[in-house]
Amino acid sequence: MAPAEIRNAIIDILGDIAPDEDLSDLKDEVSFRDQLELDSMDFLDIVMELRKRYRVQVPEEDYPNLDSMHSTVTYLTPKMVDCVAT
Amino acid sequence: MIAPASTEKLPDDQRIVITGIGLTSPNGNNLTEFRENLLNGKSGVTEYNIRYFGDTVAGICDFEATRHQSRRDARRGTRAGSVGIYCAREAIASAGIEWDNMPLDRVGVYVGVTEHGNVETESEIHEIKQFDYDVKTWSHHHNPRTVANNPAGEIALNMGITGPHYTIGAACAAGNAGIIQGLQMLRLGECDFAIAGGVSESIHTFGIFAGFASQGALAEHTDPSKASRPFDKNRNGIVVAEGGCLYTLERLSDAKARGANIVGEIVGYAINTDATDFVLPNPERQAQCMNMALKKAGINADDIDIVSTHATGTGMGDALECDAVRRVFGNCEKTYINNTKSFIGHTMGAAGALELAGNLAAFDDNIVHATINVDEIDPECKLDQLVLNQPRQLDGVDYILNNSFGMLGINSATVIKRM
Repeated sequence: MAPAEIRNAIIDILGDIAPDEDLSDLKDEVSFRDQLELDSMDFLDIVMELRKRYRVQVPEEDYPNLDSMHSTVTYLTPKMVDCVAT
Repeated sequence: MIAPASTEKLPDDQRIVITGIGLTSPNGNNLTEFRENLLNGKSGVTEYNIRYFGDTVAGICDFEATRHQSRRDARRGTRAGSVGIYCAREAIASAGIEWDNMPLDRVGVYVGVTEHGNVETESEIHEIKQFDYDVKTWSHHHNPRTVANNPAGEIALNMGITGPHYTIGAACAAGNAGIIQGLQMLRLGECDFAIAGGVSESIHTFGIFAGFASQGALAEHTDPSKASRPFDKNRNGIVVAEGGCLYTLERLSDAKARGANIVGEIVGYAINTDATDFVLPNPERQAQCMNMALKKAGINADDIDIVSTHATGTGMGDALECDAVRRVFGNCEKTYINNTKSFIGHTMGAAGALELAGNLAAFDDNIVHATINVDEIDPECKLDQLVLNQPRQLDGVDYILNNSFGMLGINSATVIKRM
């Protein structure tokens, strides 16, 4: 998957986790926590959905990489190079 | 305070009254709608399909969950939690409470449940099956969703309540048990305001359908609205339903002080145990339970205007309850008997509270709603005072006795008095 496709995949996951949020003006450089109502259980949902949808494993020590959309896509790009967009 | 002969002899701060009702049932999402459908003979039972089990019938609620809960929290929590939040918020609204001024550390939440956690566990097992049972795909939401206090805890979270919250596991007697718990905690001074009753999410577990089917106790009918037919000769089992009903309970002194609309006073209650069988009821113990509740209320059987039966539509269960009711009310010509499950199915943990609510409206309209779907009365269920198929107008309704029984031989009865 290309970075743009990974971004779309994350948007889809966030849409399910935070259905009350408007994701259309999400700022990629800003921390998710600063612009969305997400807590630790929600971040675990992101990890879980990446595992279920794309078989991508995110070890706990790498969780800080899921801070913003930009850092998340940067982190996931090499891990998801062989994944297929759903 | 043990077994008062009559609550009228108690000081007002030991008398517990109902001041608000919030409910969702398969045929109504508030008391007005529910009552109207009970009086018009409108069933809430429809066709239903659930994974693994397949086609069946059930009582399904269509309340607006997002009226009081964000979509995020609804997803995060359980169906029982959503039912509970809706009922609790609606009860507060009906009680005319200014929630912003409520001392939230003095509010207690007491929610009866028949079971809790099966829905989530079944869903997770179904989910990990798609991943060849890789437990790394087991949800981190599993534990907070399955802890036994979940429905009460979700209500407390949603409403900012910092007083005690917990569920009361009491099989299908749980609705009454929740009410009784609320009453007791108010009398003990453990809280100043109670939200109490019962909820059920049972239709979302295939196991309850499969379990009743294996037991030969799941209702079947080509017309879903006729599937729940307690006392009818051709009844063939239980219609599983979801639902909820929570009451706001207050001490009479507090209710008077704030000028609350008082729906009724809980003047009697009892819980006892058969100690004879896992599933088969014991009419001797059920009759004893009703008599204990009457004694606590300080009244006689013939003071009761309406007996709301528990009967679920099973062959043995209905006949045995009628035996018990006959022992207590057999000679009470002016005590009328009905059944609400014939309209909505068995709402499990909510049943006791919800069926009581359907009858409480009789304090205002003096009508006993009927037991529908009785085409041919089972001789074993014959009671002259059964109100069959058409509602009955009375001159007045002062006392209602509400039965609710459950597996493992738990029996409960509450007696409510018109104020």
